[in-house]
Amino acid sequence: MTAVESGPAAGTQSGSHSGVGRFLGQSVKRREDARLVTGHGRYLEDVLWPDAAHVAFLRSPVARGRITTLDVSAAAALPGVRAVLTGAELNPLAKSFWQTAMGKDSPQPPRRLLAADDVRYAGEPIAMVLADSRYLAEDALELIDLDIDAQPAVVSDHRGVWGAAKDEELVHPEYGSNVASTLPYPGMPTENPALEEVLSSAAHVFEERFHQHRYICVPMETRGLQARWDPARDMLEIVSSTQNVHEVRSMVARLLGLSDLQVQARAEDVGGAFGLKCFVDKEELAVAAAAYSQQCAVAWIEDRNENLVAGGHSRTEDLTVTMATDADGKILGIKGHHVEDVGAYPTYGVGGNAGLAMMMLPGPYDVGQYFYSAEAVFSNTCGMTPYRGPFLMETVAREQLVDIAAAKLGIDPLEFRRRNMITPEQLPFSTPTGLVLETITPIETLDQAAEIIGYEDFRREQAAAREEGRILGIGFASYIEGSPAFGAAGAEQVTVRMDMAGKALVFMGSGSHGQSVETTMAQVVAEELGIDIDDVRIIQGDTTSAPYGTGTAGSRTATTFGGAARIAGQKLKEKILAVAAVALEASPDDLEVSDGVVSVKGTPGAAVTIEQVAAMAYAGHTMLPPEMEPGLEAKHRIRNPPLMFSNACHAAIVEIDRDTGAVDIKRYVVSEDCGNMINPMVVEGQITGGVVQGIGGVFYEHFVYDGDGNPLTTTFLDYLLPTAADVPDIEIGHVVTPSNTPGGFKPMGEGGAICSPPALINAVRDALAPFGGLPNVQPLTPEVVLDVIDGTAAV
Amino acid sequence: MTDPHPITMTVNGQERSAIVEPRKTLADVLREDMRLTGTHLACEHGVCGACTVLLDGEAVRSCLVFGVQADGAEVTTVEGIAPAPGELSDVQAAFRDCHGLQCGFCTPGFVVSIHAFLEKNPSPSEEEIRSGLSGNLCRCTGYTGIVNAVRQVVRERAGGAPAGSPPNGEQPTEGPPTQGVPTIAGHAVTTLPSAP
Repeated sequence: MTAVESGPAAGTQSGSHSGVGRFLGQSVKRREDARLVTGHGRYLEDVLWPDAAHVAFLRSPVARGRITTLDVSAAAALPGVRAVLTGAELNPLAKSFWQTAMGKDSPQPPRRLLAADDVRYAGEPIAMVLADSRYLAEDALELIDLDIDAQPAVVSDHRGVWGAAKDEELVHPEYGSNVASTLPYPGMPTENPALEEVLSSAAHVFEERFHQHRYICVPMETRGLQARWDPARDMLEIVSSTQNVHEVRSMVARLLGLSDLQVQARAEDVGGAFGLKCFVDKEELAVAAAAYSQQCAVAWIEDRNENLVAGGHSRTEDLTVTMATDADGKILGIKGHHVEDVGAYPTYGVGGNAGLAMMMLPGPYDVGQYFYSAEAVFSNTCGMTPYRGPFLMETVAREQLVDIAAAKLGIDPLEFRRRNMITPEQLPFSTPTGLVLETITPIETLDQAAEIIGYEDFRREQAAAREEGRILGIGFASYIEGSPAFGAAGAEQVTVRMDMAGKALVFMGSGSHGQSVETTMAQVVAEELGIDIDDVRIIQGDTTSAPYGTGTAGSRTATTFGGAARIAGQKLKEKILAVAAVALEASPDDLEVSDGVVSVKGTPGAAVTIEQVAAMAYAGHTMLPPEMEPGLEAKHRIRNPPLMFSNACHAAIVEIDRDTGAVDIKRYVVSEDCGNMINPMVVEGQITGGVVQGIGGVFYEHFVYDGDGNPLTTTFLDYLLPTAADVPDIEIGHVVTPSNTPGGFKPMGEGGAICSPPALINAVRDALAPFGGLPNVQPLTPEVVLDVIDGTAAV
Repeated sequence: MTDPHPITMTVNGQERSAIVEPRKTLADVLREDMRLTGTHLACEHGVCGACTVLLDGEAVRSCLVFGVQADGAEVTTVEGIAPAPGELSDVQAAFRDCHGLQCGFCTPGFVVSIHAFLEKNPSPSEEEIRSGLSGNLCRCTGYTGIVNAVRQVVRERAGGAPAGSPPNGEQPTEGPPTQGVPTIAGHAVTTLPSAP
């Protein structure tokens, strides 16, 4: 175990072991890797059907306008082109268009597969060509005659002047307003008088508006889907690059008015997603609809330009936080106002993450009085989609304000945090938004991060460096990672089936796209069953074999699938013992399983192999007691809390080049508590990957529109991802406090991306403190940094 | 102008022929005509490096080379890197050892690039490692595992350790990762298990 037992709940975990075993808690090497490092992975584009028609979409070149000419006849006549479909043909096929997690009746913009009559964002698909190859399909696009009468676009700019103010120009006339949604929801209190009282009487009140720019998922494998309608089998067969095959099936079935039984969805290896592939968007649905209407196989692999321009966008928001403290820096109340740009067609409902940001803004602090309001607005830009830590703005804003307030009060930022963090004695702690935090350890992770990075030593080094004219800074940020598991997402099932040879097939509705699920879940099951990990195989990503599930997203796989796998394994082990007890003429209570052998405790000679037990459970069923069902299969569908929590503290040290404004991240430390770790190597990989996405977001990545809604960052030459040369080694420490759910696991996976932006910005703010304030802008380009150093920063 | 051309290449040691349009990229020729799908396309404009192959021993982005340009050339793809089927090269094994991959989509490009990089610079400095990797993009790992994989290969090659490793089923033989890791104030401080 790479960790210490710590915190108030240490030692309270129920069950037979503490989370460390033969496989659990070990950095078991990944079972996915041998195929992936040799080029034998099977991603969607590797398994395209030979007879599939390849799709290229004609996309809108402007953000808003009326289509005056759309003539596809020349394209359709090109040899090798099978069909060219427009909204006129395709849109009537759409019987129903809503995401399962949102429900049928949630408000959303008017949905359509292809733009018809007008266009509402640059990149909106207008027509689709089906041809013998992608090359030919793109040739045909050139032959489509398209004219658009461009109209003024509603585009938010990057300083928080939101386009929604221009209500005479509606993104969706049918919706009646550019305001997509607001908080408080109808029926909720519209103010908190006690908070207003605190704000008017407190010794200190701090208020800042923080901005977060548009940055996006960008998995290395783009989106894609192939579909084949076979009327003879009455089956629409789909292979998709998705986090959630069941949602693909449900969306397509609803769209086309088919039953779930008429649609099979599968995923092969999935090359990353980060939230982009947990819902199903219009291009994927258009491909399925085309396969259905043309009665053939159709395939679409998104190219990088499409992915950047139209693959779903994220962040793009402002959060104003007002915080009252007493004279000693004790927080008395917090108010938040959140404004989000959800684009034209957010992939789910009306988009927006304010509902969860509202719950999480208090974070790891005891904040006293609280109120939150929000407004999400449509714009003529690519729609919002979830990206790792979708509601992270709460942490991005809060942790910056904490540093700003501490500096103004003359209190060390770590001391300010310690004074206000929820203490072990306060657990279980009920937050102002009704969350109950049972096993969090914010102070422990803060202290560990400070120790690892050497906070006190750094302050001395920093002072000396400033004497030499060097610009060094340190930043911390703390957070609670809230993992929502609402509805079906909190009730995942794992089925363990042991056939007559004694090997375990494990079926689950997960959708691994890099999370190492084939390894980690095998660790859980092998541990419970007492068999070798090589005798366990995980089966996922197929609606015809997996139990119904919601896929891999929201940091939930360990807590939901892992917990279910543990209990399903326990149930199967009980059955194995019951069958073995018959064979050994012993009580099941006197038996133990180890290394694939069931033996009588204390009498190693009295033993049968699991394989013998399995054979007896099926073929020898006449020997079993009459009340015992033959076979070896067990399932468990877990019932988890709707929100589960982990916590962490990040710390970064940066040095800024006075001449170029470049920020060098000299060290980056994470201390986290995700409960029992199934595989510490995988945990650390998830954290590291998330942190670097935060580094990208803060310093490099920015999806830019001009004032007319034209996308400007349409290739990897313009939309810059961090490279190995831009990032440091990430140093990680663990505090382990098991959760109260099966296995003691906690959600993790998104946290690296949630907490790194404010830690990095705080480090830059600290470095630049001698030069005056850092404006609340992102990204922190060299230009922004140099403006501060040169004293010309615009606030 | 678009008439298909016959081409012949030596791919992973085997002579392969195809008849391809002049505009077809080497990546697509390898993937579609040779059915070698380990070479991945993630940007198709030469930035991400996922499609890297060796063309006459030089690492190239196969999305920026036309198939007809490779006529007569020797091409090595990720499928041809391992010493034998069922084995892993030292770089491939190091990726597995160091958690140098998550989704794995960028991995073939990294593996091929690193083989070429270490061929030219067998003992790179830390800065040279990171610089050498900067032509390939990974979105999952944050690069720490990949950098550690290169460090491991450099160490192994310097020590004459054998290349190749069994691909499946081998569990780590070392003890729990806490053994030997430093602690601060009673807290285990860990880095990835194979970090130096």
